[in-house]
Amino acid sequence: MKPKKENSDKRIKKGKPVITPDDKWVLRLYIAGQTPKALTAFSNLKKICEEQLDGKYSIEVIDLLISPQLGSEDQILALPTLVRKLPVPVRKIIGDLSNTERVLVGLDLLPER
Amino acid sequence: MKKAESKLLNQTLSKSPTGIQGFDEITSGGLPTGRPTLVCGGAGCGKTLFGMEFLVRGATQFNEPGVFISFEETNEELTKNVASLGFDLEDLIKNKKIALDHVHIERSEIEETGEYDLEGLFVRLNYAIDSIGAKRVVLDTIESLFAGLPNQLILRAELRRLFHWLKDKGVTAIITGERGEETLTRQGLEEYVSDCVIMLDHRVTDQTSTRRLRVVKYRGSIHGTNEYPFLIDENGFSVLPVTSLGLKHIVSNERISSGITLLDKMLEGKGYYRGSTVLVSGTAGVGKTSIAAHFAEAACKRGERVLFFCFEESPNQLIRNMLSIGIKLEPWVRKGLLQFQATRPTFYGLEMHLAVTHKIVSAFKPAVVIMDPINTFVISDKESEVKTMLMRIVDFLKANQITALFTSLTSGESALESSDVGISSLIDTWLLLRDIELNGERNRGMYVLKSRGMANSNQIREFILTDHGVELREAYIGASGVLTGSARVAQEALENAEVLTRKHDVERKKREIERKRKTLETQIAALHADFASDESEALKMIETEKDIIKRLEQDEIEMAASRKAVIEKRITSKLKK
Repeated sequence: MKPKKENSDKRIKKGKPVITPDDKWVLRLYIAGQTPKALTAFSNLKKICEEQLDGKYSIEVIDLLISPQLGSEDQILALPTLVRKLPVPVRKIIGDLSNTERVLVGLDLLPER
Repeated sequence: MKKAESKLLNQTLSKSPTGIQGFDEITSGGLPTGRPTLVCGGAGCGKTLFGMEFLVRGATQFNEPGVFISFEETNEELTKNVASLGFDLEDLIKNKKIALDHVHIERSEIEETGEYDLEGLFVRLNYAIDSIGAKRVVLDTIESLFAGLPNQLILRAELRRLFHWLKDKGVTAIITGERGEETLTRQGLEEYVSDCVIMLDHRVTDQTSTRRLRVVKYRGSIHGTNEYPFLIDENGFSVLPVTSLGLKHIVSNERISSGITLLDKMLEGKGYYRGSTVLVSGTAGVGKTSIAAHFAEAACKRGERVLFFCFEESPNQLIRNMLSIGIKLEPWVRKGLLQFQATRPTFYGLEMHLAVTHKIVSAFKPAVVIMDPINTFVISDKESEVKTMLMRIVDFLKANQITALFTSLTSGESALESSDVGISSLIDTWLLLRDIELNGERNRGMYVLKSRGMANSNQIREFILTDHGVELREAYIGASGVLTGSARVAQEALENAEVLTRKHDVERKKREIERKRKTLETQIAALHADFASDESEALKMIETEKDIIKRLEQDEIEMAASRKAVIEKRITSKLKK
């Protein structure tokens, strides 16, 4: 499902982030160990980013089992959690990202219905 | 038997002392070590503070570091809030005694996109625990997760896992929960945490609020089941473990003066026992406060501390009024020996009064506590509750060897012996003040209704307020009862007159005797004179007789000489006959 042009205009009116070709998306995926859920989340994320963001993104995977002190910085509670650091505002998406539509809504790539 | 039981329990269930005043006594040792405890209650009843004090005391007193996971307040807010209670969180955090973590979840920021778990919370908790080697954990209030996370099924499963995990981790945990409509907590947390449940309550009855604490359940341990009043003040929590006080207090044989010499005399000449409870009851305006003030002054003169609770007058008014009968209390206040505590009984609930009394007494450490008057409590609450409260106060004071003096106002109609508060059985020495209305006058009388452990006087004495204090007068008891006031004065005059008359009688008798003696003496003198004249006459006769005999003898000798006969013998023998 791809966003239509009219919709992107609507987003501008709503005050939501404007995605210009120069913008780079900074995403963080928090996991705790290579659990099945974490792996699913990562592959889902990868797929969505390739389809939607056309290479203008970076994904940082943070394993809290290795660096637990990072957990409180982004108020991580549920795992896996995807945090959109850029563009602002920060958005959080929890779960294994299997519901693509919800992910796109969460990332502001699709208007909420 | 009981001791053996508790010993056994101590072996099976170890407890972590909370350090919260009184709480460890109720639970005989504290919270179950290595297990989670649920603390529930309505808004503003002190759940967060309970948890925080548990951690701070643990870190400072028992060397058990603690982790505080806050779901509601940020770390800064929390630090500020508890600073008002004298807890320096920043310092404790710096010294790795306490770790704070604010877990915040905003539903609007979150998009659910499939399966997840709360491993993030576990990781953070684990990290916080391991970073300082925590033995204690507080989760405050975990229920707010229900508002932040849409999927309740996952949440409940994860909470169950969390409490198991906490047990496995071996930390002593407190989980707080908001009180629900019909359940202990809104989200039914008691389902997961079932080892120990503590309920905090903040109730308002008759416009006065009281905080209460109850141990709802404590698996594997004896605990007090009552509702215990507690208060939160600048020193944190303090729970009043009232039932832990029993009738086991030590008694003293020391006697202390009541401050009124004649009253001391009525009590074997020595006064009250130290550590005893004295009740002064009577109708309005009979001088109850004056007796109390005398006692206070006497104690201060001995150099003892006195705590004076006045529930009806302000301290200044009391000092002024007592000055009018010559009792100077103000210097003692300035010296710090006398402390006034003036509050209206309605200012807070009975338990609060109890708790406040407890606190002030513990801080001031007085030798004497005066409460003037106690029955004003009755207005604010039920009588039975007042009695229980006073009993707790009496027990507490006795346990601390503090002499207590209560005053109680009896209303005119009811029997004087029935004190309004019904605490007579708690009282060791009971002084009853009563009006005596006689001959158009209203005077005061006082007697010792009872005094345990001493042979007290059973006399009613007249009680007079003078400008140099209370005076007790020996009472006149006549056919119509005690004579007081002018009747007493009249009686005194009567007696004086009697004495005078008797004196005159004696004088008269003395004079009479004197007169009689004199008469007797004159008679004796006359007799002596008579006798003397008789005697001299008789002597004269004897002399003459002797002369005659001599003459005769002479004659006979002469005759015998002339006759040369033995007649001599005959005449002399004749004469001898």
